[in-house]
Amino acid sequence: MEGYLQLFIASAITNNFVLTQFLGLCIFFGVSKNLNASIGMGMAVTSVMTLSSLLAWAVYTYILHPLGLQTLMLVVFVLLIASFVQLLEMIIKKHAPALYNMWGIYLVLIATNCIVLAVPVTNAELQSDFITSLVRSIGSGAGFALAIILMASLREKLQYADVPKSLEGLGISFILAGMLALSFFGFSGMITL
Amino acid sequence: MSTSILILLVLTSLGLFFGFILAYSNKKFAIEVNPLIHIVEDVLPKGQCGACGYAGCMAYAEAVVLNADVPPNLCTPGKDAVAKLVAELTGKAAAPMEPQIAQVKCAGTHSKAINAYDYDGIEDCIAANLLFGGAKACKYGCLGLGTCVQSCPFDAMVMSAEGLPIIDPDKCTACGKCVSACPKMIISLIPIGAKVRVNCSSKDKGPVAKKACNIACIGCSLCMRQCPYGAIKMENNLAIVDAKICEEQCSEALCLGKCPTKAIRPFVLGIVPGTEKEESVAATCPSCAN
Repeated sequence: MEGYLQLFIASAITNNFVLTQFLGLCIFFGVSKNLNASIGMGMAVTSVMTLSSLLAWAVYTYILHPLGLQTLMLVVFVLLIASFVQLLEMIIKKHAPALYNMWGIYLVLIATNCIVLAVPVTNAELQSDFITSLVRSIGSGAGFALAIILMASLREKLQYADVPKSLEGLGISFILAGMLALSFFGFSGMITL
Repeated sequence: MSTSILILLVLTSLGLFFGFILAYSNKKFAIEVNPLIHIVEDVLPKGQCGACGYAGCMAYAEAVVLNADVPPNLCTPGKDAVAKLVAELTGKAAAPMEPQIAQVKCAGTHSKAINAYDYDGIEDCIAANLLFGGAKACKYGCLGLGTCVQSCPFDAMVMSAEGLPIIDPDKCTACGKCVSACPKMIISLIPIGAKVRVNCSSKDKGPVAKKACNIACIGCSLCMRQCPYGAIKMENNLAIVDAKICEEQCSEALCLGKCPTKAIRPFVLGIVPGTEKEESVAATCPSCAN
């Protein structure tokens, strides 16, 4: 049990995908302009990441690994996540329109995002079992949500700050992201798995 | 050789498998979208201003088509023409819409309103308002930093050199964006046919208001006593004109004559309060004549 808690914290904070491994930066910058949108995006990424990495885990463990086709991992995962997100979008649109209105638009954005792909690949490379994969994907999702919510809160404050003309917009956001990453660097080494 | 066949086999079957699932669920989870929604959306001006109370033009189109209780005349920027079209398309009765325009209830230009301190911060009324309610001595007046101008989706507002926003009556669609953007809450929508307006929002008592700005409404209630139709009432040391009574019943504008600070003025489209041009029409009520 303790091991899983450690894994959760490790994947959410010390090995945060966005701020220490620099994955999923396009949505990180794209959707962090306001807090509400970033909360929606964080939720969408977490759920898609969890569900698709479990699916990927099943395909990897029961099809690719026994057949010795680990080299096909990336191709198969991309195919799998893309179709899964499409499917999820359809289901949500039909059965939960309220939810669809809230974060339906983000679903398509993350269809083949690198951060969603990174988690199943990590799981497969480390040959994790089912529960470990589950905990890792939820942890990574929470880490992404944390990062994007922090960033959005900062950028909302930034609107009232006196930013030099040449740095306005994305420029200052990159600097901010760098500082955030630097502060997350402080967590490194706290948990070693 | 056998590996490549295996790869071919696995990938093809996985691809087919997901393809079939998607094709099947596409049928199973298909949603019928009413084509009328798109037609109605095309009619709307697509400023995405949200004046109708919905998230955007698409959301309003959806609501007005699907929900019988949503009236077809909520789109203020579209004015009567759009309301009529939407009503026709959805088969609802169109209530006539009175055209409105935004007005700033302050005439405290740089020369008339006194500053309590010099503000040299961010050019934004919300930011300035955080510092003791802004630079003006009058805590109710326009700060003149143009937050409303920036919020206008139709480019209908510009900031004058005298520090008050000018509203272009041809471009203003009465969407109400500026009304909610103003931290002082001194912008309101009034009917285009209104005859008089009170160019002040000060709730201070007379001497205090007069000290901060020499054209403030001092709450003397002379105008209220002049009006034979009861269109003016006093609230918190400020005269409030009921535009409806004023527009429909009055034709002589007795209220204008007695005002000691000239805070109550005739309302003429396109004339900015506090300017010289306005001074020239201040004596009589031009719209009362016809």
